Amino acid sequence: MRNIWIIAKKEIRSYFSSPIAYVVVAVFLVLVGFFFFSLLSWFNSMAIQMAQNPYYYQQVNINQMVYSPLFHNISIILLLMLPLLTMRLFSEEKKLGTDELLFTSPISVNEIILGKYFASLFVLFIMLALTGLLSIFTFAFGNPELPPLLNGYLGLFLMGAAFVSIGLFFSSLTENQIVSASLTFGALLLFWIINWASTSASGFWQSVLNYLSFFQHFDDLTKGILDTKDLVYYLSFAFFGLFLTHAVIQSRR
Amino acid sequence: MIEVEHLTKKYGDIVAIRDLTFEVEKGKIWGLLGPNAAGKTTTMRILTGYLPATEGRARVAGFDVFEKPNEVKKVIGYLPEVLPLYGEMTVNAYLNFVAELKQVPPAKKKAAVSRAIKVAGLEPVEKRLIKNISRGFKQRVGIAQALIHDPQVLILDEPTIGLDPAQIVEIRSLIKSLKGEHTIMLSTHILAEVTQVCDGVVIINEGRLMASGSLEELSTSFQKKEGVALKVRKIDEAQLELSRFLGVEKVTKQNGDLIIEWASGKDLREEIARFVLERGFGLIEMKSLAMSLEELYLRIVSGGTPQ
Repeated sequence: MRNIWIIAKKEIRSYFSSPIAYVVVAVFLVLVGFFFFSLLSWFNSMAIQMAQNPYYYQQVNINQMVYSPLFHNISIILLLMLPLLTMRLFSEEKKLGTDELLFTSPISVNEIILGKYFASLFVLFIMLALTGLLSIFTFAFGNPELPPLLNGYLGLFLMGAAFVSIGLFFSSLTENQIVSASLTFGALLLFWIINWASTSASGFWQSVLNYLSFFQHFDDLTKGILDTKDLVYYLSFAFFGLFLTHAVIQSRR
Repeated sequence: MIEVEHLTKKYGDIVAIRDLTFEVEKGKIWGLLGPNAAGKTTTMRILTGYLPATEGRARVAGFDVFEKPNEVKKVIGYLPEVLPLYGEMTVNAYLNFVAELKQVPPAKKKAAVSRAIKVAGLEPVEKRLIKNISRGFKQRVGIAQALIHDPQVLILDEPTIGLDPAQIVEIRSLIKSLKGEHTIMLSTHILAEVTQVCDGVVIINEGRLMASGSLEELSTSFQKKEGVALKVRKIDEAQLELSRFLGVEKVTKQNGDLIIEWASGKDLREEIARFVLERGFGLIEMKSLAMSLEELYLRIVSGGTPQ
């Protein structure tokens, strides 16, 4: 545990002693803020229209009309931004030659991988936590339900955790950060839209393609439904990414 | 302290080192000498547990490198060829990080860092970012990180490469001052470094062991046979006559030269010179054959085989 923390501490420090973390977090927040603002103003105008009809007025729901689409937007922004966060994790060590220091120290490969993984998760956590500030306004001037909101955030975090593990894997493959980011982005996008192919497949393959897609599992979570099936999906995805990273590093040595 | 037996490493079809066997005594400085691409870095990477070997065994401080890698890593301090430095860290922060990596207990961390800074002479740059300090200081940071956990064994890959002459002298004397407490193995392709700093040497070329032993051992073993090289006009006649000369062990032809060898302890040079002149073989040139370490090394580097 202590060794994981040593690596994580170093990675977090290096994120925040270079512009990477600040730029990624800032761009992310600007985009999320923009989506939040436009969704909220759309919601306001809709709410005024719907208030004129008592039947529709019952249906006005800030969770469904603002947060659910917002979470979808955030997940896309994460897909774009997280590869930038993970691209340097192993690539840079290899390029600098510092991997030789890490791998000749009395700590295990797993500890190194997990240390780096948790450091990225920490930055992801900060990104998501800061978007929580936006909800100050909705809670001050409206009454959104908290549980579905937390559910959505949990979904985002788990999805981000899966993204980061894939990023870590591609970073271990190359010493070029651009290559690492491009491969990560391509792989994530492919897993995002892989269920599109399911329309032309049938039976078993249709359900496999649907199951593999990030999108399918995320939809429920934004609606506030917490299904263990989805949690298992994201956790096994993250585990798979870490496992591949380990395999690459072991085979390279 | 370091024992290597029949070590072989292949990268696919390329054989980086083959069948290396050597030993380094405790408390001594040993050089790993060879031209570029001889397999020095590969050997060191295997010893430090960075690379696995294809075949063979290696033991450091009694621990098998492949069976007990973590024990070995705890007793080794390693300076890789490419300095493993994080430019964005200050010297102090970096050494603290390495101390943690090398499992220095938290209570002793501060003392370990300040000791390494002192030994490596890093006081003037302690608080500066590594990317902003000079090459010489970077090299010192590299040595400091290898020393931080006070390891029994130090493995230094090309510790003086890329330094100016004054810095080379400084680093060499720093390494010498570490002798005794630490067993040191350093790699180099410069013979002078070995003769100035080391007690013993392992010479390799193209992955093969060419010679190993302490410097005295090596220089005496190569002076076991003494001899002269002659250039004469009547080479065949001279060979025949000289091979019957009293005390001479072997007369061979080599590139138009006549190599005459005899057991050490005697000096037949004068008698042979007189004999050659008396018989009128047509002497053109005569030079002594006593082989120095330098000649041995040159011969190895230029592709010759050792004895």
